[in-house]
Amino acid sequence: MPHEPPSLASHRTVEAAARRSYAKIVSIIATQSGDLDLAEDAVGDALHAALTTWPRDGVPDNPDAWLLAVARRKRIDAWRRARVRPMDPSALSALESIPDPDLAALPDERLRMLFVCAHPSIDPGVRSALMLRCVLGLSADAIAQRFLVSKSAMVKRLTRAKSKIRSAGIRFEVPAEDDLPARTTSVLEAVYASFGVLHDAPNTPDPADATEPLSLAAHIAERLPREPEAFGLWALMAYCHARRETRRSRTGAFVPLDEQDHARWDQGLIDRADDALRYAARWGRPGRFQLEAAIQSAHVERLRAGAPGWSRVVELYAMLRIVSPTIGAVIGHAAALGQASGPDAGLQELDRLDPDRVAEHQPYHAVRAALLRRAGRFEEADQATRIAAGLTPDPAVRSHLLGQIGAR
Amino acid sequence: MQYALIINEQPQEMSKRTGPDAPAYWAAWSAYSAAINEAGVATGGAGLETPDSATTVVLDGSSPTVHDGPYADSKEQLGGFYLIDVPSLDDAIAWAARIPSPGGKIEIRPLISPPESA
Repeated sequence: MPHEPPSLASHRTVEAAARRSYAKIVSIIATQSGDLDLAEDAVGDALHAALTTWPRDGVPDNPDAWLLAVARRKRIDAWRRARVRPMDPSALSALESIPDPDLAALPDERLRMLFVCAHPSIDPGVRSALMLRCVLGLSADAIAQRFLVSKSAMVKRLTRAKSKIRSAGIRFEVPAEDDLPARTTSVLEAVYASFGVLHDAPNTPDPADATEPLSLAAHIAERLPREPEAFGLWALMAYCHARRETRRSRTGAFVPLDEQDHARWDQGLIDRADDALRYAARWGRPGRFQLEAAIQSAHVERLRAGAPGWSRVVELYAMLRIVSPTIGAVIGHAAALGQASGPDAGLQELDRLDPDRVAEHQPYHAVRAALLRRAGRFEEADQATRIAAGLTPDPAVRSHLLGQIGAR
Repeated sequence: MQYALIINEQPQEMSKRTGPDAPAYWAAWSAYSAAINEAGVATGGAGLETPDSATTVVLDGSSPTVHDGPYADSKEQLGGFYLIDVPSLDDAIAWAARIPSPGGKIEIRPLISPPESA
């Protein structure tokens, strides 16, 4: 029988505490009123106040109560003053019906909110943005930047999604046992996408931004200890986050995985990721995130042992391609094959991809370039490198690739 | 949908066209062009010579006047443009985000659609 799940520690900044409280209060109000937009409206000003005063004064002893009290005060005042529309009774009663003393005892509503954000009726393309807004409390502006859209475009998308929640009558609840695995997958995918968006954003290289989705993944795993994929996702994100200090040099240059100083990896985090993966494996239900985490673990092993361990990576990618046949999995497989069995083996895999599907896929061209170079096909390698360089918005990656043109 | 990507560069970036930084500067642009052409997205475009080579004709009053130098109401200088054909604005934004011009401002403007034939 699987043992107790490991506890997954989380980082919390003052800002994160404010946003967590925000998300919790919004979830509670939304659950009671069935209206997410209204709930956000009610608490938005209070969040702004928290973000302004808490960094200065410290996090209050009872942050949720603080936020709720401020939300009530501001909202009621605003509605009383407004001549434009009458007080919305359902929202008002939702706000007023939460008794302060019981707040500490209320269950954390974040998990319910996550399932709402990733509901099948919600456009998959907006789920991550919705999560960043409603669960992590990021501003629409910050989210827009991450997804490369204008603020007004993002606001429109979020509004549309929130209307959908209201009009479809989506309930704020954890799905039934039978539906849980499938629904959990959607949640995990959206959380992973929001991690990628925060982690790799070229305009915000601050690794601290990645800790919130990581905490969120930890929270999900802790609340769903019978879902091994939740532990797989946390482990995957943890392995990546463990390398945050070595991904870029002190001058901001891109550092490939094999050149990173693994003494500066977060060993404690890696150990906890190993634990999480071992725990997940005991359930005997492999999945995409467990496999991707296992691949990361295999890389760590390979690099620390100092011995080539590529056959394990190849095996794992082959399994990943069955479970989750994405272009990314094919490319990873090809790269690993290239290492284990020579560049031609890798190139063969890549050549099976439809060129139209990969024309704008940066990693495809980067991996292909590396394989071509090792195969001695230098002209083609240079051209592929050029394309890979042209496809990245990250100046550090571009610089790194351009430096390889002409290498023999 | 057809868009123009209008590339406004920081003067210090543009100055890298000549001198020791020139190989890196041109290599980055060559890479971008290779990518956008390989993707079949670019329908045209041009790099422009530096602003000091420009002449501006002002059509004010009764007759045009000619001035040496560019028309520029900002620090950034027009460096060139690409004409692209992509499925949506999001795709145009993705290509604009790849432009290798640190500090640059890339304006994305839809082309006027040709009038429907009667």
